[in-house]
Amino acid sequence: MRVALGTGWKTLLHKELLRFWKVSFQTIAAPVLTSLLYLLIFSHVLAAHVAVFDGKVAYTAFLVPGLVMMSVLQNAFANSSSSVIQSKITGSLIFVLLPPLSPFEFFAAYVVGAMVRGLVVGFGVFAVTLWFAPSLLDMPHPLWALAFALAGSGILGTLGLIAGIAADKFDQLAAFQNFIIVPLTFLSGVFYSIHSLPPFWQAASHLNPFFYMIDGFRYGFFGLSDTSPWLSLAIVCAFAIALTALTLALLARGWKLRT
Amino acid sequence: MPAVSFKDVARRYGDVVALSGVDLDVQAGEFFGLLGPNGAGKTTLISILAGLVRAHRGTVSVMGHDVVSDYRKARRLLGVVPQELVFDPFFTVRETLRFQAGYFGIVDADDWIDEILAHLDLTSKADANMRTLSGGMKRRVLVGQALVHRPPVIVLDEPTAGVDVELRQSLWAFIRRLNREGHTVMLTTHYLEEAEALCGRIAMMKSGRIVALDTKQNLLSRFAGLTVRLSAQRLPQRWYERVLRQEEGLFVLGLPSHADLEALLADLRGEAIAIEDLSLAETDLEQVFLRIMHDDRAAFGIA
Repeated sequence: MRVALGTGWKTLLHKELLRFWKVSFQTIAAPVLTSLLYLLIFSHVLAAHVAVFDGKVAYTAFLVPGLVMMSVLQNAFANSSSSVIQSKITGSLIFVLLPPLSPFEFFAAYVVGAMVRGLVVGFGVFAVTLWFAPSLLDMPHPLWALAFALAGSGILGTLGLIAGIAADKFDQLAAFQNFIIVPLTFLSGVFYSIHSLPPFWQAASHLNPFFYMIDGFRYGFFGLSDTSPWLSLAIVCAFAIALTALTLALLARGWKLRT
Repeated sequence: MPAVSFKDVARRYGDVVALSGVDLDVQAGEFFGLLGPNGAGKTTLISILAGLVRAHRGTVSVMGHDVVSDYRKARRLLGVVPQELVFDPFFTVRETLRFQAGYFGIVDADDWIDEILAHLDLTSKADANMRTLSGGMKRRVLVGQALVHRPPVIVLDEPTAGVDVELRQSLWAFIRRLNREGHTVMLTTHYLEEAEALCGRIAMMKSGRIVALDTKQNLLSRFAGLTVRLSAQRLPQRWYERVLRQEEGLFVLGLPSHADLEALLADLRGEAIAIEDLSLAETDLEQVFLRIMHDDRAAFGIA
């Protein structure tokens, strides 16, 4: 019997990927459709009324990267959080607690699995909405967009892991999602440029870490943003590092997993 | 070096003491039984061994590797069949076993998985989703998952609960074979006849302590005597302290010798109590268990 280093976390990652792939209609197709509906409705209602980046960008084109990133973030969170809570409630989490997986392997498998789900959905949303804004294919800074998509999905995957471990019941997890994740994404500038807000809400938006993820991601598409992409990248990376350190410390202590 | 070693292991849940200083060594190659009523602390002890629960005091090691500080080696040496009938509803039987092997770092488990499937009579269900299996089949998959990394130490926490008699026999034949091939087996069970048939050495737990620890033969001979099953309306007062178990109109009494049986019958006659039925039994593990659980002060076989 051959034992190979790194097989443990790779197997757990494979399991995480297969888990959402087996129900891809629900985990990929459904959120893509939801985003398409957002685009159709919001662009129809608002395109004539909202000017963004001083009119340099059409509202529909502005909306697409926001919706793509929102899908990336929400699905990354949904993947790790639902995987953990489901296996906690069915008791099957024991199968990953008995093997010699280190806290880092455990963390990396759940978070990378969540990132893949987020990115796959994000790509799906981009593919179906591109028809409404084909100019988006000429991205001036694709690597910026990629960097924010990776960092954002990593952060939300980590938050999902924490929420899944913390929650004892599905409704606690739903509360976390509905009262924290959804408001923060909706109020982060997905549907509007924060420059259209009154000064107080503009300042408040700067306290929302999701704002920097969306704004930085959008910079990759237009070369325009509400705030400097470097500042956004620094804030997002600092947030990711702090959150990773916190999660690894919690996992090493066995918080709520090993009583 | 013992296969499994518990040193002064204690654990509380709030104010409830689950384990109060358990010392226990299981030697390599043993078929060891851990018996006790619900709430005795068996599952807590197993959970600490498996790294699922942390001890508040004491240390636990598997083949010399501490389950906390050296958890990677300790867990690789240990296969645990959990008590709860748990499964991941997303996957098939084969996927479940492959994933479990992978979590332990094993890259080429397919041949061994085929062998496990055959021994557990699951070959025809290899590609069936876990949700579609009966309770007994799910239980066997759990056993397979515990064996998939060929652990030298196998822990089974009430593995035959809900499994029908025929399957229980084939399961035990397989576990016995693993034991013969050198695996150490540690078993908790409610079925005392199962422990009697399989285990060489037995620990009995009560209220978080080990109250008896000896070979099966020594336990049986130490409690040699008569077990009397007596159907009557009541007993003469002084015999109630000999009652091991009482159901409606049925008393199970443990008597040290035949002379005590004479005395019991004389007392029954003296008080004109009608005997509706009476039978005698050899001491078996169930009687030993009942006597030990009956006697609060007993701490048999503990050095």
